[in-house]
Amino acid sequence: MTTITETPPAPLSARLRVPGAFVLGAVLLLGAAPLALSDFRLSLLAKYLCYAIVAVGVSLAWGRGGLMVLGQGVFFGLGGYAMAMHLKLADAAATGETLPDFMQLYGTGDALPWWWKPFANPGFALAMTVLLPMAVAALLGFFVFQRRVKGAYFAILSQALAAALSVWLVGQQATTGGTNGLTDIQGFFGYSLDDPVNQRMVYFVIAAVLLLLMAAARQLFVSRYGELLVAVRDSEERVRFLGYNPANVKLVAYVVAAGMAGLAGALFVPAVGIISPALIGIVPSIGFVIGAAVGGRASLVGAVLGAIAVAWAQSTLSDAFPGAWTYLQGLLFVLAVGFLPGGLASLGIVLRRRRTRTPATGETA
Amino acid sequence: MSGEGLTVRDLRVTFDGFTAVDGVDLDIRPGDLRFLIGPNGAGKTTLVDAVTGLVKATGSVRFGEQDLLGKPVHKIARLGIGRTFQTATVFEELTVVQNLDIAAGAGRGVRTMLRRRKDVPEPVARALETIGLSRLRDRPAGVLAHGQKQWLEIGMLLVQDVRLLLLDEPVAGMSHDEREATGELLRRVSEDRTVVVIEHDMDFMRAYARSVSVLHAGKVLSEGSVAEVQADAKVQEVYLGRACEPEPALGPAPTPAPAAASVAEEA
Repeated sequence: MTTITETPPAPLSARLRVPGAFVLGAVLLLGAAPLALSDFRLSLLAKYLCYAIVAVGVSLAWGRGGLMVLGQGVFFGLGGYAMAMHLKLADAAATGETLPDFMQLYGTGDALPWWWKPFANPGFALAMTVLLPMAVAALLGFFVFQRRVKGAYFAILSQALAAALSVWLVGQQATTGGTNGLTDIQGFFGYSLDDPVNQRMVYFVIAAVLLLLMAAARQLFVSRYGELLVAVRDSEERVRFLGYNPANVKLVAYVVAAGMAGLAGALFVPAVGIISPALIGIVPSIGFVIGAAVGGRASLVGAVLGAIAVAWAQSTLSDAFPGAWTYLQGLLFVLAVGFLPGGLASLGIVLRRRRTRTPATGETA
Repeated sequence: MSGEGLTVRDLRVTFDGFTAVDGVDLDIRPGDLRFLIGPNGAGKTTLVDAVTGLVKATGSVRFGEQDLLGKPVHKIARLGIGRTFQTATVFEELTVVQNLDIAAGAGRGVRTMLRRRKDVPEPVARALETIGLSRLRDRPAGVLAHGQKQWLEIGMLLVQDVRLLLLDEPVAGMSHDEREATGELLRRVSEDRTVVVIEHDMDFMRAYARSVSVLHAGKVLSEGSVAEVQADAKVQEVYLGRACEPEPALGPAPTPAPAAASVAEEA
């Protein structure tokens, strides 16, 4: 006999809640949105969904793991550049050139740099969009977590890395396109991105990836690993005395989140047609976590909806009030982290607690 | 009694020139229920910190065949050594069952870790019975009463299947009834495990200790049964010579009846 007591099965309505929400999300993203939105709006939504994919990872690493991942731009950028390098090479090959357009303009020689060459292979490039960010995260995380760097120090380190990568990219104009980044991408694995039908196809790929990653993250959240991750977040020392190495537990969440950010960056390139240092530096790295913070970083749905809402607000408001957005963004972040750590997802619980506390003083749950 | 004993030789811990533990020798036999007592600053907690790898120390600490000094905390824990802290540290946002399940799982493989826990594993269910928290198993640990948190911590050590439990003031702040329940729990636990308890409460110590070590200024002042230690002139000097030490026992004293009996059993 392996078990003495069984957890009584939850009522059907509760068991269907999560799959039901998932189906609803799928219907909205794959059915309603493409029907209701114009090509232009749908391509904007595709971009927001890329940020939402980053937020799935942020929710895991920060929400559940307590790792303030303020440098996700690095992984987003690595994924994005890996994808863009392949697409630029494919574009060049399609017109019979050996070098991407910007290299012909700024390049010193006519040979392709050695580290560009493998990216001509689509399989290699696709694998790198995920594996490269994960490898960098694994290496960095290994040293950082073993040395027990935590909290604000970890956040600052992440920010510094995001700054370093974008500065390095700017300095390498001949091989990375410098400040401009890799732009003017024409095709996506043989499909022209000028064709609105193909743009819609890219949207569907992004929406499907988001749904799949949310399902995977949800499984991680409810698994034993997910419980352990929360335990590490709340009392790392105690976990150590139970015989676990908390560094490894954190490393898994960090690496998975990096892989998700990398994939998001890779999908961002065909959706928007550009990847540049300005999209992966310090400010965008903070931007990646604000959505999750506002929506509720510990709640998967909260983080994803928050990321979409903040991205939407950014493109709407920064058109109407250019310059004011940055301040508003900062304010949102401070308000969410300082006054509503659970984000909007926790608003219901917070209000309910208020309401029960006010009438019956002293009779708190 | 089966299992491993703890052997400490010439243990020294120094913080910036201050010697907190100054050449301690200890022999704790398997199945012992040893109390470590002594005035504040005697080095009791630091001793436990050194054994569990939390602070650096010199000398030698052996548990069975294993050398402990220099090993990282989680590896020492995996050798079967568990501890609690003066302030109960449980995972407040997780339920009682989740707390215990995590404690039981240090050896789990990747596939088990990535799956959801479907039911309550047998060791967890047994520990719930032992610590008397079966009914509260699905409550978040954060809402438990202070005493219940301490029991949960002891339960976590049980499912962790440690051979040696090091408990730092487990009954501090407990009511009379809770103290008694804890004492009985420790007695049951020590039937097939070795238990070391740091305690300030002399009545509790008299009621449940099988053997006692008195620490003073980082050294072992006296060692033996409760009666032997109480009769030791050096101990009396340390405790009685300084009028206000030890700290007054918190709350009413438990029934001191079984003290002599338990010492007799051991002898």
